[in-house]
This record gives sequence, structure tokens and C-alpha cells, in this order.
Amino acid sequence: MTDIASTTGTPAPSRSLHTNEAAKARLRARYAAERRFKWMGAGALAVSGIFLVLLLSTIVMEALPALRANYLVLPLDLSPAKVDPADPAAANYDDIVQEALLAKFPGVESRQDRRLVRGLISTGSGVYLRRQVESGDVPLGGTVELGVPLDDFADLYMKGLLADTGSVAPLEASVTPSGTEGDIELAFDDDRLVRLARGHGATEAEGGVLRLTGGADSFLIGLNGGTVKLTEIAPAPNGGAAGRGVVLQPLQSAQTAAADAASLRIIDTPEASRKISDREIVWLDALKQQGAIESRFNTIFFFTGASREPELAGIWSAVVGSFLTMVVTLALSFPIGVAAAIYLEEFAPKNRWTNLIEVNINNLAAVPSIVFGLLGLAVFLNWFGLPRSAPLVGGMVLSLMTLPIIIIASRAALRAVPPSIRDAALGVGASKVQTVFHHVLPLAMPGIMTGTILGMAHALGETAPLLMIGMVAFIVDIPGGFTDPATILPVQIFMWADFPEPGFQQKTSAAILILLAFLIIMNAAAVILRKRFERRW
Amino acid sequence: MVGYLLLVLAGLFVAAYFVGRMRAASAVNGQLARLHSLPSQHGFYLALMTTLPALIAVLLWGILTPGIESSIIQDRFAAELAGQGVPQVEAFVRDARAIAFGGLVGFTDATKEAAAEVYRSIHRISVWTIIGVVAVLAAAGFLRGYGRIAPDFRARQVVERVVRSLLVVCSAAAVLTTFGIVFSLIFESLRFFQQVPVHKFLFGLHWSPQSAFTGAGAEAGAVNPDIFGMVPLFAGTLLITLIAMLVAAPLGLLSAIFLSDYASPKVRAIGKPVLEILAGIPTVVYGFFAALTVAPFFRGIGDSLGLGVASESALAAGVVMGIMIIPFVSSLSDDVINAVPQSLRDGSAGLGATKSETIRRVVLPAALPGIVSAMLLAVSRAIGETMIVVMAAGLAANLTANPLEAVTTVTVQIVTLLVGDQEFDSAKTLAAFALGLVLFCITLSLNIIALRVVQKYREQYD
Repeated sequence: MTDIASTTGTPAPSRSLHTNEAAKARLRARYAAERRFKWMGAGALAVSGIFLVLLLSTIVMEALPALRANYLVLPLDLSPAKVDPADPAAANYDDIVQEALLAKFPGVESRQDRRLVRGLISTGSGVYLRRQVESGDVPLGGTVELGVPLDDFADLYMKGLLADTGSVAPLEASVTPSGTEGDIELAFDDDRLVRLARGHGATEAEGGVLRLTGGADSFLIGLNGGTVKLTEIAPAPNGGAAGRGVVLQPLQSAQTAAADAASLRIIDTPEASRKISDREIVWLDALKQQGAIESRFNTIFFFTGASREPELAGIWSAVVGSFLTMVVTLALSFPIGVAAAIYLEEFAPKNRWTNLIEVNINNLAAVPSIVFGLLGLAVFLNWFGLPRSAPLVGGMVLSLMTLPIIIIASRAALRAVPPSIRDAALGVGASKVQTVFHHVLPLAMPGIMTGTILGMAHALGETAPLLMIGMVAFIVDIPGGFTDPATILPVQIFMWADFPEPGFQQKTSAAILILLAFLIIMNAAAVILRKRFERRW
Repeated sequence: MVGYLLLVLAGLFVAAYFVGRMRAASAVNGQLARLHSLPSQHGFYLALMTTLPALIAVLLWGILTPGIESSIIQDRFAAELAGQGVPQVEAFVRDARAIAFGGLVGFTDATKEAAAEVYRSIHRISVWTIIGVVAVLAAAGFLRGYGRIAPDFRARQVVERVVRSLLVVCSAAAVLTTFGIVFSLIFESLRFFQQVPVHKFLFGLHWSPQSAFTGAGAEAGAVNPDIFGMVPLFAGTLLITLIAMLVAAPLGLLSAIFLSDYASPKVRAIGKPVLEILAGIPTVVYGFFAALTVAPFFRGIGDSLGLGVASESALAAGVVMGIMIIPFVSSLSDDVINAVPQSLRDGSAGLGATKSETIRRVVLPAALPGIVSAMLLAVSRAIGETMIVVMAAGLAANLTANPLEAVTTVTVQIVTLLVGDQEFDSAKTLAAFALGLVLFCITLSLNIIALRVVQKYREQYD
């Protein structure tokens, strides 16, 4: 119409179908609504995507530090006087480790400080050393350089996760100490420190003295090869400053240190509100400088069982427990599920009984998982008297849960096999059972396997029903059989997530990564199976 | 014991199979064409004859003996146990069993040691009996089957009949599971309702079973029925479910629409896996994330706005649960939306409607019953979800509608009541079963309603 209009010579303001302003406005509004709707949809999907990225990145970031652990390398005296080569199990490995550790700190005398030093390494170091000796990796009969795991707080500090480590900067003032040990006085030729202290939460006491104890950040001054912690500072009449301090690491001399020879380190977290003291920080840094601390792949985490000490806790027993549970689940749910699917799809007459079974299977798939746990508790544990916390019972409960998934998937796979296959088999004289087992089932197998793997992946991540049957117990040993007490990966994650020690937070994330890795492998296997073997008819 | 017997039977099965094959072949002097059934069918026949009766005997023994053994113990020690309540008797039997066969023992005394001794001897007798029964059944079955193998014996028919009945038995497993759930829940709940009246449980406003007993739960009469009111738990569950659905329903529905009608193949190739991965992440991971990241995040926002947000707020648990349910809602609505016939869309487009107008005015109304049913299924899923709320929601039962406060849910309470070694017989643990029954009933009726909605209101277009 507009074309005709333009050829007749009347001016055409627009080539649009809608000539009326109101109609154009309506059209614009409709198109805007269309765009809005589309963006709302994209936004909804984006929210899911953002959440997924956030979740995965948080967990990966949390988990990465747990993959490495710091070890303190100590010269351990394993001479025959300490460890009897004939009976290495009888030696007191705790003493050996502690002696070697205290030898690293010759200046530490007081009981309290010695305890602090011992706290730098894991309380399980003796056990760790014994296991190393028993495994035969460590030669006996002399002094051996061997790394023992650091305590979890020390380990977290070394990874930079516990306190703001602060950077070391030149002091910009010369300083004269009054002694080399204990409480000393310090004289500075500049009053910059006074202003710094005021900015870092020092409290004003009488006479213009600033106290750095309590809620203030820590000021560590390095001079003459030692470290002093500043406790008080006040402006001095000569334009400098006078301070007091505690020597954390003995000075080599009491000479005046020049402005460029002294250093200042400010730790931005007050000592009272972090889990590691200034003294420990100074010691750890000194050990680090000596090269005695090394960061290694965290074999303890991957290959040992559970522990209450974060640095000694491992995931292996949970992995084994999960494996045993999955074996039971697969052994029960696969044959029963496939058999049920074959019956319902190939043999069952359409009557009330089969109808009931079908409704049942669909309902079971929607029953909350925790109800299966209640069933396991009431029937398997209390009625049959099966052992608590055992992979056998866990597997039985999980197989009840996976059964509907496998049945539904298997039925779909069987249904996808075309009737011509059955007709051909029956035509050459096979019985109904032979037709199904020799021809239909093999063709449906890839689909059945895919469904089974997905069902198993679902079971692997399930937690709640297993809490009911006692798999939440604290189990140190690695389970050796189907009736041994065990825990499984998701339950281990749940337990670690509840522990208050900060070290466990990383462990939890690392365990989640391992669980997700297993799930990804299983799902990838299902996808590959589907792509490579599933036939379209 | 059952495990070893099953292993022995498996061995017997294999052995009998080969014997049967050879017997069938030798019966016709190697001219296999003269056999009515294939040699392998004769083999299976002999194997089934040998092991099936014995297998049934072993399974029956495994199911029945624990109950019989404990009732014998209770009989023998009736004098010592006289005057004690059911929980004490059961604890006694449990401890005796633990002493006899290893396990966690509460505490021991002379009577229990004696009972354990009796237990052990009864068990020995019962084990030898079943071994004898298995041997006799296997031998008799083997001899009978061996004698019947002949060239015109119809082994195939027999084997196939057995296979069919095995298939029927396996398909009955699903029904058995449902019966097991219903009966165990009802049975334990009835024991609970003997101590706490049903109306006080269903309509009571106060829930604090952790203070159920003054002592160790010794006297059955000491239960205070007023602290088992489940209304606060129910309210908390509904609150968290509501929040979850407010997140999941629009986001799930919109992403389903976007993926099926708007997204380019490239976007779909990213968007679908994102939802699938979200669906595949274990709930314990969501729980950890809710407690570690989301709850502090909401708390921080609340603090900056001057609102007091509890660190275990219903909001955090509900939002994370909503995200968890998005893929569920999305995939169900996707099916429903795709089931709307193309002719409806084409007709709408032919009248000049835009895509979004078609979806909002034609497709969604047509798919409404299916969408309602999908939402009901999602609600049932949210009510039954456990790990997220266990890790991110509170423990104290507050009766509140404020999403910023901590509430507790039915599933959280089931877990807290049952985790750890507890007396199985106290009202406290039985309460968990009553809660489980309520949970089961709610989710079951939601599923049935969802099914009915679809059946009743669905339009048949084709």
C-alpha cells in the first residue's frame, strides 16, 4: 500500500505499515515488552550461571591451599641408642622429634616458651615419624633430615591464611637497644614510630606514653640479627623517641643499628585476635629463612584416615568407605532394577498389579531421601540387627533409592529397541525369554548403563540417609570390609564443615573437589557411553 | 554368615550348571540335536534345582532369626527382666548381642554376660541348623534334577518359568520398599503416640525434645507431652520452602522459556550444561556453600542496612535451596512447554502476536496444569530436602514468619534427634519417626495432587 502511495506522488513520511501515531506507540511498547521478556529469561539463566561460577570458584579457591602442606625439616637422631633397629616400634618418637625441634631454638629456656615451640609442629609428629620408620623409607642408625608436619595454625600462617603477615620495611631511624635479651629499652633518633603507633590502635597512657599491648597491631623491629617486639613508645625530648620492647629473638649485640640496618614490620591483626602469637611468627620466619620449612604435595590429606588434628586429617578412609558402599549399591540395585524393568516392559500384563507397581516406582522416586534413612534405621539396623555405620547397610539404603532411577532409565532404554528385533527373534523360533535376554537386552544395554551410572552418581553424593544409619561416626581406621565401620565422602564433608578449626575449612573444600571430580568422571563416562554406543533406530 | 552361605550357593550354582550340561550331553551320547532343550538350559535347570530352595531357606533364616533369637533370650531371662519396660528389655537384648558378637556395648553386668553366653549357644545351634538345612535341600534338589534330565525333558520351559517369576519378584521390590517405609514409620510412630497424644504432637506450639527427660530417659512415664509440638517445625519448613520457591519458580520457568524459545544454539550449548551441573552438585556442597558464603553475605548486607540478620537465617537456607531447585523446575517446565502443540504457537503467530505474547497468552495458559504440577513437585522436593537446612538453618524451633531469623525444619529435627548413639526407644528418637511419617505423608500427597492436576486439567490437543 505504501508503495502505491509513494508512486502516486503523495509524500510518505514513513514506509511503516502503521500510519497512526498511536498504533506506532503501541507497536513500540509491544516490541519493548518482547525485549524485556527476552532479557528476563536471559537474566534468569545468568543468575544460575553466576551462582554456579561463584560456588565453584569459592570452593576451588578454598581448596587449593589444602593440596600442599608445610613440613619442618629436622635433623632427627635415629641412632641405635634412640631407636633399637631390632624393634623400631618401641622407640619414643615423640621425644626424638621434640629434642631435634628444641635444638633449633637454643635460646628458649622457660617452660612456657618450650611448650610454645613444641606447638609449632603437629602433635602427631611422633606417630608420623614412627609410620615413616616402619614403612622402611627412613634409614636407621644415624641422624636423618626428615620433614615433620607443621601444626595447623603454623601451616595456615605459612600459607598466609591466618594473619596479615605484613611487609618488612626499613625503619628509617637508627635505634639503640639497651640489652640483647629479655625486656629492653630502645632509643630512636626519630619520632615517626610514635605517629605510626597512634595510627595502629595504640592506647594512650599517662605521660604521653603509647602502649602497644592489648588491642594494638604488632610492631616488630628487626636489628642486629634479632627481633624485638615494641610494647611502649613515647616521644623523647631530643626529637626522637624512647620505647620499650620484648626480645623475641636474641640480638647479637647491643650496638646502635643505623637507619638502613634496622627494619620495621607491622602485623595488622592485633595479637589477641589471631590464633598465632608474635613469638611463633618470628620463629616460623626464622625457620623459613634457614630453609628448614618446605612446602610439599599434601600426601597426608590424600592417603590417610580421619583425625581430629586438621594437619593429620585425610580423606582416604572416606574414599574407601564410599567405594565399598557404591559396590554394595551397584550389586543390589543393578540386577534388581534391570530385572524389574524387563518384567514391566516385556512381560507384564496390563492389570492392577502392574499398575500398582508403576505408581509405586514413580512415587518412590519422589520420596525424600531422609525417609529412606529412617527405613534403614528401623528395618536394617533394628530389625535385622545389621551393624551400624557399615558400608553394607549404607549400600542397601542407597540401592533402595537408586532402584527407581535405574528402573525408569532401563524401561526407557528397552522401549527404544524397535519391535522388529523382537519379531525377528520370535520368527526364527526363539522363546520370549530368549528374545529378551539374547536380543533386546544387549541392544538396550548402553542406555541401561547410562542410566545406572547417573543413578550411582546421584547415590555417591547422597548424605542424609546415611546420617540416619550412623555413618556419621568418627572413624580413624580405613575400613577393610563391608561390615567395618566406615564413613563416606559426603558425610566426611558434612563432619569437617562442622569442625571449628580453621584448617578444616580448606580440608572440606578439598574434599568437595574430590567428590566433584568423581561425579564429573562418572557423568563424563555416561555421556561418552551415550554418544558412542547408543543406537538411534 | 548369610554372606558365606550365599558364596557357597553361588559356587554350587556354577558347579551344578556344568554338571547339568554334561549330563544332558551324555544322555544323548553327544547328539545334541536329539535334546528337547539346549544343554545350557539343562545346566540352568540343575543349577536352579540345587540352589533355589536353599537360597530361599537362607534368606528366610536371615530375616527371621534375629527376632526369634531375641525372643528366646527374653523368655529365658523373663525372671530377671520382670517389671522392666520395653525399652530396658530391648536395651538388654541389644547389649547381650553386642557382648556375644562384638559391637558397641552400653554397660555390662553378670546377667548380661550370662545372656550373651546363652545368645552365643543359641546362635551356634541356629547356624548349624541352617547349614544342615542348606546341605539337605541342595543335595535333594540336585539328585531330583539330575534324575530328571533326559533327552525329551522340557528344561527350557521350567527354566523360563523360574526366570519369569524371578523378574516378578524383582519388580515387587519397589512395592516392598514402599511397604517397608510405610510400616516402619507407622509402627514406630504408634509407639511414639502411646507416649505423646497425637493432637499435642500435631498442634502443639512448643518443640524442645532435647529436654525431654530429667534423667537418662529411664521412666517411660516421665515424658512431657507438651514439648513435642511440631507446629514451629512445620512453620519453619514452610517459610524456607516459600523462600526457595520464590527463587526457583520464576527463575526456573523463565530459564526454561528462554532456553527453548529464545536462546541461540550457542547459548543453549552453555545454558543447558550449567543447569545440568547445578542439578548434579550434591546437596551437602550447597549446604557448605550456604553456611560458608551465603549466610555471612546476607548478614553483612543486613548489618549495613541496620537489620539484625541471624547467622543461620531462613533467608540464606531458602535462597540456596531455591537455586538448587531451579534445574528441577526448569527441566519439568521445559517438558511441559514443549508438549504444547506447535499449531497453537503458529496460530498465535499468524494473528500477529510477538513471541512473548504467544508464550504469555497462549503457551503458558495451555501448559498451566503441567506447570502447577511441576511447582508442586518442586515444593515436595524442597520440603524433603535435608542437607542444606541441616548445615545452614537453625536448630531452635522459633515460631516466626520473619525470614531474617533462624528457624528449624522437620528434616533438621529428624537429623538432630537421630544422629549419634542414642537409646532407640526413647520418646525423643521415636519422635523422629513421627516427623518422618508426617514428611512422607506431605510429600506423597503433594505428588498425588500433582499427578491429579495434570490428569484432570490437561487439554488434549492432538
